[in-house]
Amino acid sequence: MYSKLSVSLALIGAITFSVPAFAQDYNHHEDSHAVASHDTHDHTDLERGLDVKAQIKETIEHHLADSYEFTITEGVGFPLPVILFDEGLKVFSSSKFHHGESVAEVDGNHYVLHHSKIYKTDASGDLSMDEHHHPTNVMPLDFSITKNVFMILVMAGFMLFLFQRVAKAYQSDQTPKKAGRFLEPIIIYIRDEIAIPNIGEKHYKKYMSYLLTVFFFIWFMNLVGMTPLGINVTGNIAITFSLALITFIITQISGNKHYWQHILWMPGIPVILKPVMAIIEILGLFIKPFSLMMRLYANMLAGHVVIMSIIGLIFVFGSWLIAPAFFGLTLVLSLLEVLVAALQAYIFTMLTALYFGSAVEEHEHH
Amino acid sequence: MDKLIHDFSFGLFIWQLLVFVALIFLLKKYAWKPILDAVNAREESIEGALKAAEKAREEMKSLQSDNEAILKEAREERERILKEARDMKNKIVVEAKEAASAEADKTVAAAKATIEAEKKAAVFELKQQAAALSIEVAEKVLGQELSDANKQAEMIDKIIDDVKFN
Amino acid sequence: MEIPEIIGAGLCAIGVGLGIGRIGGSAMEAIARQPEATAKIQTAMLIAAALIEGFGFAALFAK
Repeated sequence: MYSKLSVSLALIGAITFSVPAFAQDYNHHEDSHAVASHDTHDHTDLERGLDVKAQIKETIEHHLADSYEFTITEGVGFPLPVILFDEGLKVFSSSKFHHGESVAEVDGNHYVLHHSKIYKTDASGDLSMDEHHHPTNVMPLDFSITKNVFMILVMAGFMLFLFQRVAKAYQSDQTPKKAGRFLEPIIIYIRDEIAIPNIGEKHYKKYMSYLLTVFFFIWFMNLVGMTPLGINVTGNIAITFSLALITFIITQISGNKHYWQHILWMPGIPVILKPVMAIIEILGLFIKPFSLMMRLYANMLAGHVVIMSIIGLIFVFGSWLIAPAFFGLTLVLSLLEVLVAALQAYIFTMLTALYFGSAVEEHEHH
Repeated sequence: MDKLIHDFSFGLFIWQLLVFVALIFLLKKYAWKPILDAVNAREESIEGALKAAEKAREEMKSLQSDNEAILKEAREERERILKEARDMKNKIVVEAKEAASAEADKTVAAAKATIEAEKKAAVFELKQQAAALSIEVAEKVLGQELSDANKQAEMIDKIIDDVKFN
Repeated sequence: MEIPEIIGAGLCAIGVGLGIGRIGGSAMEAIARQPEATAKIQTAMLIAAALIEGFGFAALFAK
């Protein structure tokens, strides 16, 4: 009861704070744009409307993208280390970019930030663009501790700390303590409702670690994404790709004889169809993790975009009459997103277990 | 799709892969294994306790039925003993009765025999006395009669006749 | 996004919406018929919906 209450309080707090955070961020962008545009010409109403929309779009994109610095709110934040492999290891602080406004000069090489990517340039910082408005400059191999990497490390540390403490509580007696009371039913649910029915009583044990880790990682990351810190880890394709890749690799490694037989030479169908089925099955082999990757990425990204767009509409209309309605809508959608956060983690874990199950399944009936 | 590929950050991918795989193994060692083991152990102990309780209940039930059987046996035993006692009593009474009547019969028979003997003795004495009396009477009668010779002869004849017919 | 792409994405969304709608409706009917199997039906429903959704996303992004 205690944990439930604190969780709901935390959620309500997070939602309530998202709007001001967005507003601050938005104002920051407006200010910079206003400074840039005021001296050129006066706005007509139509132009102003378009301008606000463009700014909102930019703000949303900025929020969704990875970043080289950790911004908590306007002016409050800290730079993160940039690690590049470009003619040797280059490590420097992202503060050298001055929020992307200046060229960073490291050991005689010049780098510039463009749409949250680092490009190698000359001292002037010019980028040559192709027809898709993508720079053609060289992108050095980038292993920087970006905001997302930083969050992954923080989350890994947090999960280690949390679950290690939960585990320790079992040493004194066999009942869960504190956070364990909230987490233990979830762990048991994953074991009894996800792992055992999908993988089977015989094999499920060796996959439990991965299933539990992936569930809690995605869930916690989704929830962290609900906070106004503008963290969008699970809505990043590189993250979901690596998660799906691990699922894919584990599935193929644990595939038994029957699994490969079903893929390459499906029993029980006419010989002519067998190669056709093999092609379809091999395609399916890759489509399955691909859909895992896409589902999580698109759901989290779409959730962020929808919520931020609706908050943005408050500023498009700019009226105190409409704002409460959009605030209410945001609240409702945020609650939906909290559900989606858990649901996506559940579905990812569930489908992962399903794929593991298909790999280790034993076909006695053949 | 090309936007996705363009957005793809290889560095982030490698970091996530490394950190996540490390996280799986670390959590496995420090969290999942102890937690799952503890949960399993608890579930087993609960199951064991439930089984033990079930067993105890079974035992209790069997104990109860044992008690009932013992009680029933005891009751039967009592019945049997009571019946035996009753039988014994009846038998004793019957035997006593029989013995008493036999004794009475014997006494009566002895009394009868005594009476008979007494009677015989009395009759015998009576006969003797009667005989003596009759002899005396006869002597007296004869003494008178025999004074007459005729009459003596007559008398003798008559007696002889009587003796003959006897 | 060009106009044909937008139309394609819309068609894709319609298709996925119809598919997931059907799954949801059938699951409701199944739950109404067998309320005791709710948990199993929900799981199967989520898996089926997730698969369709995955294809929907794949189509949306594969422009």
